[in-house]
Amino acid sequence: MNIFKGFVIKEFIHIFRDYRTMVILFGIPLVQLLLFGFVIKSEIKDADIAIYDQAKDNHSKRITNKLLSSGYFRLDKDLDNYDGIHQAFREGKVKLVIIFEQNFSEKLEKTGNANVQILADASEPNTANLLVSYSNAILSSYIKDLNSTSKMPYNIITEIRMEYNPELKSVYMFVPGIMALLLMLISAMMTSISITKEKEMGTMEVLLASPIKPFVITAGKVVPYIFLSIINVLIILSISYYVFDVPIKGSLFLLVSVCILFILTALSLGILISTVTNSQQVAMMISLVALMLPSILLSGFIFPIENMPIVLQYLCQLMPPRWFIEIIRNIMLKGVSFSFIWKETCVLFIMMIVFNLLSIKKFKIRLE
Amino acid sequence: MKETIITVRNLSKKFGDFIANDDLSFDVYKGEIFGFLGANGAGKTTAMRVLCGLSKPTSGDINIAGFDVYSQTELIKTNIGYMSQKFSLYEDLTIDENISFYGGIYKLSNKEIKEKKELLINKLQLNAVRKKLVRELPLGWRQKLAFSVAIFHEPKIVFLDEPTGGVDPITRRQFWDMIYEESDKGLTVFVTTHYMDEAEYCNRVSIMVDGKIAALDTPVNLMQTYNAKNMDEVFLKIVRFS
Repeated sequence: MNIFKGFVIKEFIHIFRDYRTMVILFGIPLVQLLLFGFVIKSEIKDADIAIYDQAKDNHSKRITNKLLSSGYFRLDKDLDNYDGIHQAFREGKVKLVIIFEQNFSEKLEKTGNANVQILADASEPNTANLLVSYSNAILSSYIKDLNSTSKMPYNIITEIRMEYNPELKSVYMFVPGIMALLLMLISAMMTSISITKEKEMGTMEVLLASPIKPFVITAGKVVPYIFLSIINVLIILSISYYVFDVPIKGSLFLLVSVCILFILTALSLGILISTVTNSQQVAMMISLVALMLPSILLSGFIFPIENMPIVLQYLCQLMPPRWFIEIIRNIMLKGVSFSFIWKETCVLFIMMIVFNLLSIKKFKIRLE
Repeated sequence: MKETIITVRNLSKKFGDFIANDDLSFDVYKGEIFGFLGANGAGKTTAMRVLCGLSKPTSGDINIAGFDVYSQTELIKTNIGYMSQKFSLYEDLTIDENISFYGGIYKLSNKEIKEKKELLINKLQLNAVRKKLVRELPLGWRQKLAFSVAIFHEPKIVFLDEPTGGVDPITRRQFWDMIYEESDKGLTVFVTTHYMDEAEYCNRVSIMVDGKIAALDTPVNLMQTYNAKNMDEVFLKIVRFS
């Protein structure tokens, strides 16, 4: 029994002295619980919508007020023609457009029936579904109030259209996400592992003692992964196009170019990881915990960023996949041109530069 | 007059407050086997890394094969070979591939690599296993191969950082036979070790204690000076009195 006691004590000492074990034991559950708790919320507040009110009369104004005072919606744009609708969707902020037909009040009061069109941006199917049911609920509650004070039964006929993904296929949502995830995994994790492997084996020393320049070593390491990742992109795109019928509405050239930019960003991140650690295991841990988890949770891949608490929303802005997924959705599903996504592309580009500068700085310190 | 190939004057290397190398000065002559002895943590590897251009000295004047360590690092690297403490070949490449790769990074032409590779493989009698992965070779063979690869580009100086760690005494002896052979051909060998029997194989040895050179002479002279039977005793006496 004494032997056993001694053994248990030794094990406790191991755990308490190694801060990494402590982090895994207590830090990860804490972070995960908080993240999941805050991230996975099925309610949306203050979603940006646009209203195209062709009637601008009593009822349409009252409904608009009711919608906007519900807390779920915030008016981003007052539209005055049909052309503005897709423009608004493509800019990406507006998630829902509500259209009142001409002479809305008159029709409602005379015939008892009036039409409202609800258009949702279904490139994010979950959000679209929620927003449509919110607005439907608000409309029917308005009608209910109206009917309680009048003899004639009124009815608002809603016509719902799910733009960009009429069948609300979840594969539309998954393809950009999976692409971000896989590219992150292959590019960042594999590069960081392959560089730390050289350090672990001692071959890195030998390379650095040779006339070959560090830049050439790194570039040589990275080129095969760029090549393999591009092949991967093509495989994912073909499967999603031919097997799952996910459309590619925008330019294929633009799509592949953005993918290459993302691959380069992920590779730079991999190089950065390899400069902070010397072991393959740590590199793998960092890649998995620090890259995979945020890629799934904080990228808008599954959970809409708009739902998250403001702190997490800022954190999301630092995740390269968050920008990549948005670009991919826009190109594939909405068919936008470069002028709509240049901001996101710039963000990715700047991230890549920053990762590289940090790596170079880290590397110089190592030489000193 | 012997020709000097490595000149070190007042080399210091600090990591924050820690002084790894404290004011080292010494010369290494062309064609000699120069041993760098010391306990673990005495600063041997740090000094060697500075000489190879892997790390920058805090201060001091250092000249390697006629080139300045601050401004001509690239030229130094072309003229030296380096074998690290850890085993330095790629285990998942074949013998053939390893030799070609290292020849390539030292900018040898394909023709040169091909010719020299044949000579080397014949010399080491590795013809039967040249297409095998390095990981399948016994450790002793790998060590010899690593040394041969480190001098494949015919450097003026080769730096060996504890090259025989974990190798049995017979293989170690064979390894030193290879070093002698190359030294006879004019190669300068700079070797760190903490095996005292290996120290006796060197032409001259410097013994490092706490970042400083405590003694520097031929093994025979050191044994006389310290009135010792072998290098083991020399080392213990020096460490005890400093």
